[in-house]
Amino acid sequence: MNRQISRLAVFAVTLVIGLVVTTTYWQTWAAPGLADRQDNAIERVAEFTIERGRILAADGTVLARNRTKRVGGKTFYFRRYPQGRTFSHVVGYSTQGRSRAGLERSLNDYLTASNANLTTVLERTLDQIRGTTIQGNDVFLTLSTEGQRVAQNALGTLCGAVAALDPQTGKVLVLASSPSYDPNLIEERFAQAQRAPNAACTQPAAPLLNRAVNGLYTPGSTFKVVTAAAALDQGKFFLSSTFDDPGYCTEYGKRVFNYSDQGTPSGYGRVTLLQAIESSINSVFCNIGIEIGAGAILEYARRFGFYSKPPLELPAEERLASGLYKGGRPWFPEDMNDIDPGRLAFGQERLQVTPLQMAMVAGAIANDGILVRPQLVERVVSPQGRIVTTPATDELGRPISRQAADAITQGMIAAVRGGTSTAAQIVGIEVAGKTGTAEIGRDVNTTSFIAFAPAENPRVAIAVFLEEQDGVGGTTAAPIAKLVMEALLRDAGA
Amino acid sequence: MTRNTELANLLVVGLITGIGFASVYMARQAEISAGSLSYAVLFLGFYLVAHLVARVTVPYADPHLLPMAALLTAIGLTLIYRLNPDDAFRQGLWVVVGVVAFSATLLLLRHDYRGLESYKYLFGIGALALLALPAVPIVGKTVNGARLWVDLGPVQFQPGEFAKLALIVFLAGYLREKREVLAQGRPKDLGPLLVIWGGAMLVLVQTNDLGSALLYFGIFLGMLYVATGRLTYVAGGTALFIGGALALYQVVPRVQERVTAWLDPWSDPDQSGYQIIQSLYSIANGGFWGTGLGRGTFTQTDGSELIPYAKSDFIYSTIAQELGLVGAAALLLLYMLIVVRGFRTALLADDGFSKLLAAGLTFGFAIQTFIILGGIVRLIPLTGITLPFVSYGGSSLVANFVLLAGLLLVSNRANALARAPR
Repeated sequence: MNRQISRLAVFAVTLVIGLVVTTTYWQTWAAPGLADRQDNAIERVAEFTIERGRILAADGTVLARNRTKRVGGKTFYFRRYPQGRTFSHVVGYSTQGRSRAGLERSLNDYLTASNANLTTVLERTLDQIRGTTIQGNDVFLTLSTEGQRVAQNALGTLCGAVAALDPQTGKVLVLASSPSYDPNLIEERFAQAQRAPNAACTQPAAPLLNRAVNGLYTPGSTFKVVTAAAALDQGKFFLSSTFDDPGYCTEYGKRVFNYSDQGTPSGYGRVTLLQAIESSINSVFCNIGIEIGAGAILEYARRFGFYSKPPLELPAEERLASGLYKGGRPWFPEDMNDIDPGRLAFGQERLQVTPLQMAMVAGAIANDGILVRPQLVERVVSPQGRIVTTPATDELGRPISRQAADAITQGMIAAVRGGTSTAAQIVGIEVAGKTGTAEIGRDVNTTSFIAFAPAENPRVAIAVFLEEQDGVGGTTAAPIAKLVMEALLRDAGA
Repeated sequence: MTRNTELANLLVVGLITGIGFASVYMARQAEISAGSLSYAVLFLGFYLVAHLVARVTVPYADPHLLPMAALLTAIGLTLIYRLNPDDAFRQGLWVVVGVVAFSATLLLLRHDYRGLESYKYLFGIGALALLALPAVPIVGKTVNGARLWVDLGPVQFQPGEFAKLALIVFLAGYLREKREVLAQGRPKDLGPLLVIWGGAMLVLVQTNDLGSALLYFGIFLGMLYVATGRLTYVAGGTALFIGGALALYQVVPRVQERVTAWLDPWSDPDQSGYQIIQSLYSIANGGFWGTGLGRGTFTQTDGSELIPYAKSDFIYSTIAQELGLVGAAALLLLYMLIVVRGFRTALLADDGFSKLLAAGLTFGFAIQTFIILGGIVRLIPLTGITLPFVSYGGSSLVANFVLLAGLLLVSNRANALARAPR
């Protein structure tokens, strides 16, 4: 019988070895894959044992902090957002039930100190071995607390967005979207957070949507800045170039009328390009569009950043590219005959833009034709007070020459001094701006305004977009831009 | 001397237990009282009693089995303590009962356990009766879809754990007597075997206890092989088993569910696949070194349990998480060593009954370990049976103490004979 016993013993030992091998497989080879799975509750719980870094505005105002809770012998760190609705779209949220959004999502690695930097990884590992709580890095944003508050208040119940940045550095100073939501409600009262009963728009109010980077609007006349940039930079037109404005422009044998005098062809007569920018004369831009072609306009738009998602630190899913849209997707036509260059030239056609993109256009004009990368992160600071990273200013390119930028600036200054944009005037400061009014339906407009100030040494470039307005850009969006710019310039001056 | 080795080993185990409890205490001071640390001391005390009884009754028995079993119990107790100190206290009480059963077995059978052979049919019928007990209306109780509990007012127990031992005794006795004829392949001698085995299977299928069915089947085939040396029996039995399994798969939804959950747990992650998925996440989370005792994650942020049956069926998942691959491998090595020592005892024994008994007890121990752990690491479909000496649960612990006593008895006799001048 001993032979059988020995064989049975070998069999039994083999079974146990099988267990060792399989356990080894799960704990080494398969472990990273399992840890990455979305439904891995252990990993998710573990994330809440990390003392997440705070998120702060440029002036140190706390936008996201932790609230500790002890459950079953473990300390968990849950998020509180002291500023409520004011910063919600940028900061986002970090919850168990609804995962993450905004910078809480895209900067998760910094906030949980799992960013792959040798020192932080070492500190984290030591923390793990000691069993002490892992502390994340604090993230300071470029946002101005005051500017953000003013923007959010100015938007009030309106649906729309404000994006403002420092044209020279790309630091985003304001990124406001309305209606907003209270991120503190996401975890437990999601349905309530999703509602915005007072919002003044009939379209789904969608308070969770970050309209500033994830909302698409018809730019209307604010896009004339891009058309003018193309015309001037190519050297085909100058500010002094003259046009005959009959009050409409003829395209394919049909008349496209100027906005203000709908149906009544009372034109401005003989005007220069400067006057056309100042008074936002559609027929002039329509003719420029026909002259230089849709391809040239779109090429310049692309140079300003259209057709790619603005490289902001927010999650890619929360950013949209601007450009012509077809079937819900950005569309760069291969055959330019498919689109109408005249309507494209004054921002109609199927053109869809984000407020941030238009702020970038204003910023590039302000910055002598140089486009810089917009950035929300000022610096990341480790729990020990060491600076983990301070993103530098990046030039994304030079869409237009300095001369062209200067010329457009003159046109935009004229628009604020005595043209369509007088509501944006600030006492003692020269403002350059351009309004936009896009008819969406009968007496329903998407209004917009882009601007920068002070015109001679710009510190702020801004874009304001409003939905479902019965007024025009100059009376609805421009006053909001003025308030925000005033606040930001005050902030910068102080 | 043999028993001094045992004592020394037990003291080492006591030290390890103390360190384990202290680690848990340090990690979870806020939740548990310092007084609960005394469980570790009490625990060592119980094992010292077991040692003293062994010293008197089985002086020549293998000195490694008891300390290794003690270490397994200690690991289980430490993890149960980490999950819930109150449960550890209750498990500690079961250790007392286990030591009593262990001592009683040794004392009763110290002169010659081979007398059991004469009662083999009684054990066979007893095994069936024990198995059928949970199916009896008033006392039987269904837990987690399997009807394997007996509820006698204050005491609840799983008679299946003891049926396993009775079945091994029966098989050892019967096979010792019939091994020659069986080896020659006379089918009619298989009769009583098939009756007992078939009865066991019927009862198990009826009570939905698939893990135990597999266990009994494995024990049966293993012992049949040891007795006859004929692989045809093993092959035939395996074919029979596969046939039966396929038939069961067709008719029993629970079996289908288990197999699906095994092949692709993520096809139904919230229901049938839930347990195995949580178990794998827990194991994977431990990685190589583990999170450390008391530092694993077994609860949601609201305090609800993440791993179901963490202290009983899935205790290995918690060990693997907190002690890592290092700890899990050490635990498995311990099982392997016990198995090796058990089979060594079978080899050293000088009579057929002793050999079959020791081999049966050891193989039963090994295959039970494999069935539950294989299920947890997704090597085979998951069935809920206990992990010997480690899982929370009184019946299992007490039965395994008796099993240990059986091995010590065989070992004592074999070693004593080897020493005695002929």
